[in-house]
Amino acid sequence: MTYVIVLLVLFIVVFVITAPLRRGTDDAPGSDSGGVPDPSPELLELEAARDAKYREIRDAELDHQTGKLSDEDYQAVDSTLRAEAIEILRRLDSLTGRRS
Amino acid sequence: MALLGHTLLLLALAITLYGIGASVYGARARRRDWVDSGRRAVYALAGVTMTAFVLVEIAFQRNDFAFNIVTQTSSTTLSTFYKLTAPWSSQAGSLLLWVMLLSFWSSLVLFLTRRRLREIAPYATAVLMGFAAFFDSLACFAANPFATSSPAPTQGAGLDPLLQHPTMMFHPPMLYSGYTLMAIPFAFAIGALISGRLGSDWIRDTRRFALAAWLFLGTGIVLGALWSYTELGWGGYWGWDAVENAALMPFLCITAFIHSIQIQEKRGMLKVWNVSLILLSGTLAIFGTFLVRSGVLDSIHAFGASTLGVPFVCLLGVMILGSIGLVLYRRPALRAENRIDSLVSREAVFLFQNLVLVAMVFVIFWVTMFPLISEAVTGTKVSVGPPAFTPFVVPLALVLVALAGIGPIISWRRVTAANLRRNFTFPVASAAVVLILVLALAHASSKPLAIAMWTLGSFVIATVLQEFYRGTSARRAMTKDAWPVALGGLVRRNRRRHGGYLVHLGISVLLIGVAASSSFQHSHDVVLKPGQSTTVDGYRFAYVRPTEAALAAKISFGAVLRVTKGRSYVTTLHTTRGYYPSTDNSTGVIGRFFAGAADSTVGLDAGLTRNLWAVTSVNPTPLSGYINQGDKYFADYLTAIMPKLSKLPHAEQNLVLDRYYAYRDEAVAGIARRFLTHTWPVEFLIIVAPLVTWIWGGALVVVIGGLIALWPVPVLARWRSAAVYRARLARELA
Repeated sequence: MTYVIVLLVLFIVVFVITAPLRRGTDDAPGSDSGGVPDPSPELLELEAARDAKYREIRDAELDHQTGKLSDEDYQAVDSTLRAEAIEILRRLDSLTGRRS
Repeated sequence: MALLGHTLLLLALAITLYGIGASVYGARARRRDWVDSGRRAVYALAGVTMTAFVLVEIAFQRNDFAFNIVTQTSSTTLSTFYKLTAPWSSQAGSLLLWVMLLSFWSSLVLFLTRRRLREIAPYATAVLMGFAAFFDSLACFAANPFATSSPAPTQGAGLDPLLQHPTMMFHPPMLYSGYTLMAIPFAFAIGALISGRLGSDWIRDTRRFALAAWLFLGTGIVLGALWSYTELGWGGYWGWDAVENAALMPFLCITAFIHSIQIQEKRGMLKVWNVSLILLSGTLAIFGTFLVRSGVLDSIHAFGASTLGVPFVCLLGVMILGSIGLVLYRRPALRAENRIDSLVSREAVFLFQNLVLVAMVFVIFWVTMFPLISEAVTGTKVSVGPPAFTPFVVPLALVLVALAGIGPIISWRRVTAANLRRNFTFPVASAAVVLILVLALAHASSKPLAIAMWTLGSFVIATVLQEFYRGTSARRAMTKDAWPVALGGLVRRNRRRHGGYLVHLGISVLLIGVAASSSFQHSHDVVLKPGQSTTVDGYRFAYVRPTEAALAAKISFGAVLRVTKGRSYVTTLHTTRGYYPSTDNSTGVIGRFFAGAADSTVGLDAGLTRNLWAVTSVNPTPLSGYINQGDKYFADYLTAIMPKLSKLPHAEQNLVLDRYYAYRDEAVAGIARRFLTHTWPVEFLIIVAPLVTWIWGGALVVVIGGLIALWPVPVLARWRSAAVYRARLARELA
């Protein structure tokens, strides 16, 4: 009985592990991705940078609302952050525009 | 079942080796199918190791003493609850738990990142599988949880009484989860360094796992402190034990990383520092495991001397040399994109905080390892205790608390004098009021460090309250919501920030409790007879009566103490000393019931302002005469009946033996009862300590804050937030 269970487990393990090898080629979208092309590393990096920049803008907003930044400082910081965010969004748009 | 279990461990080892090969080949040859196969190997490893662990649990529940691990740490009299936890009280079981948790967390992170980090993930998979291969090899060949003995004993040694405590159900899995979660950022850092993909996306994806590691490890550390306070019978919660320190060091390291990563995300700075912190945290997590497994340092936690030290040293050597080499190799790509604008900015505070945390890690490491170093240099192992740590750690902790208050109330990039005045007034005033009150009411002038901690802790608490108040007010001004709704909205909008504020609050409350309880506790060792009393810090502890309970699994001797203050009744404490039967028959038929492992049940009255803690160490030596008499009587009785017993049918043999055991148990109970009827003076340790409960309460707030910071933002909310900012920027974009 033990040997039967071991063989069964072995079969399941081999079946699971070799599924991608039996399915796809190296150029195909990842077999674990549902056939959808994976985003490029550059796109992911820009998206991470965009999210971080949004967080910074939100933090600056909250800092201003809670009195950590004066009106003048907030305007200066906010302008800088928005300019940086715009640059990231432009690069994202050009990347996604090129892909489409 | 043993064969099945051991086969599963060998299969797991084969899977790890395959996973390493497939992932590395897939990355080098740019073959997605092989990369995916390597990832699936991690999923398979999780399934196989979980199955193996379930088999171990089944063996415990079935009292299958053919398994050495069950014989060593369980018995038929152990409750189901503790049979579930007993597997990780042994070396072999804890190694299997380590592999299982590593494979589980690895599966989770690789599943969540299966569409991202294409160039990093294969190398990270290989590193994680490398760790799994290491620990699985130890489980297969050095400490096998499926090792058996034949013939199987009919009874086990039982679980160490000290481990029969509810916190022990959760303390090891929490710690191991923390250690194994630390392996994930480590693995992804190695992957990023090898692949050269050193952008911010891998940090973003693994930051959450670093925070989870921090949360689990911190919870495990606090549970261990709670166990120490309520179970070990010495009245303390932290002894700077080597294994305690081994968990604290990676915790401090990852705390530094959680803060400094924000600087990298916002300003593109500290890249070398952050990747080094991750690598150091992962290495310290393995180092902590090494200290527990190898027994190189004396510790209540250590599994004793073992042969596992050498493999661990080799692994640590590979991790350290590999990490240093990779960081140096990729140093050009880790250049900072910006510089710190001002020394009076949140970036500067975070950087300073990082330096303090790393300094604490260095100090703790050096003092912890000093016994080994002194032995290597002088041949003599010098032991170190709390007095070696506190002169260095306490001042650093004070600086840390101060920075925890300053950081939230200054902004990123720049600060003006007017803003400083506006933001510091309330917290500084609050701290000053507390300082005055403490000096006036607590007569604390002789404890400057405690005063400093209370003052700075109050500063932090006031800071956090101010932040929540101002943020909620600002939100109410916009949304016109009620206070609770506005507060909820504020927290939901920025969970990381406000979760972090709660953590700061919790840490401050915790450290205030530590400062108070360690600096102002009164303890007294005293020997009392029933009717006698002693006074500790104004509380009178009167020994009312002895107690006794004799069960098959344990004999307890105890005392009831009535506590009064002035003329007012305060509470009644009941403390006991329990003795478990020894498996060594040479201690005598009766004697073995009084010669086994012992534990203490603490008499504890916990309050918001003070704890009353008492423990007794009843010594059964006065019963020796009766015990020796009983041993002789029952040994002679057994000798007399054995020849006749062997001639009886099996059923009648059992009847005779049952009568014998019942007679024996009655004798044991009768001897134990003499503690009530002919009692003798017993020793008590009594402690009155202020604000101990603040430690556990503060820890709870830290956990809540950590969970809030860790909680994922719902996808819809994330899209909405992105859309809001995109709309705001649309005009400039056009």
